[in-house]
Amino acid sequence: MKHRAATAVLVLAALVSLPAGAIVPGDPVRGEAIYARCQACHALGYDRTGPKHCGLFGRRAGGVPGFRYSPAMAQADVVWDANTLDRFLANPTGMIPGTAMGYAGIADRQERADLIAWLRQASASPIECPP
Amino acid sequence: MIVRINPFSALQDLGRRRFLAGTGATLSAAAVALMAGRPALAAGQGSKHDDLETDVRILNTALGAELEAIAAYAVGAGSGLLQKPVLDLAVQFQGHHKEHAAVLAKTIRKLGGTPVEAREHYQFPTDGLKTQNDVLGFAAGLERGAVSAYLGAVPLFRGRELASAAASILGDEAMHWAILRQALGQDPVPTAFMS
Ligand code: HEC
Repeated sequence: MKHRAATAVLVLAALVSLPAGAIVPGDPVRGEAIYARCQACHALGYDRTGPKHCGLFGRRAGGVPGFRYSPAMAQADVVWDANTLDRFLANPTGMIPGTAMGYAGIADRQERADLIAWLRQASASPIECPP
Repeated sequence: MIVRINPFSALQDLGRRRFLAGTGATLSAAAVALMAGRPALAAGQGSKHDDLETDVRILNTALGAELEAIAAYAVGAGSGLLQKPVLDLAVQFQGHHKEHAAVLAKTIRKLGGTPVEAREHYQFPTDGLKTQNDVLGFAAGLERGAVSAYLGAVPLFRGRELASAAASILGDEAMHWAILRQALGQDPVPTAFMS
């Protein structure tokens, strides 16, 4: 009993000490289902209303050649990684005012982490994203 | 009986109230306000202009997706893979998307913006479309995404009448999604909430 209480305190302490904005581990399986929300505008392998997501990680915002970005996205000084994607997907128009991605965002931190975990894998998948 | 409604009827007199092309006049009014030493007033005019630009941007992104959906249904209906009565559904749903696109374009013009035009060429995952169910699954994915897209647009509109009009389209996309799932033999309404 005492032991369990101690563990609970430790777990709580660990949770509390997570800095605000820290990335929670994401589940790519859940992330794939969450990507369904993006599929009116995006695909992994080709440009649609929104740019393709293959090669997303490490790419500059507005960096897909030939895609017609808004001036706001084209000029954004951002490189996509788990941190910047987390900020963007929480509030796209808040992070990049004037972006053409007219989408309010994903408020739930865990959902964002899941989606980002899936995007990291899928956007580098040799099947979906052949070189 | 189904009564046909105009979801954008609240926008009929919008031209007079909020008009992007009219900002030449409002901007010079803002300039006058600035010169008169009333920057708060000037800022107010500027933000009205920003509101219109924001709304036009959101509407244009939605229009782009609708135009793609029209083309996608054309591919589906022309694939030879759809049998009646499913084929009739595809044509009917395509007709709805055409109506959405028309009303979005009209609203964008009314706000003084320029509607995006359909692309000459759209890319679709046609390699993966070999059966009727493949086509239905592809369409269902687009419709499901469209629900999310409109859901994500609703809170961003600066004009509340636009939010309500977008929600009206959202309802239609959700019905498409449910019917396509039904046709696929899936639970047509798998959740109580959409996200
Ligand atoms: C309504 C259509 C729409 C929806 C829905 C949408 N996006 Fe976008 N997205 C866009 C557009 C358009 C752009 C380009 C924005 C610009 O140029 O300002 C974009 C840009 C992006 C970018 C920047 C890419 C780059 O090349 O710099 C990322 C990342 C992104 N979207 C992820 C997502 C994810 C993840 C989702 C789902 C949660 C999503 N988007 C939903 C339309 C959409």
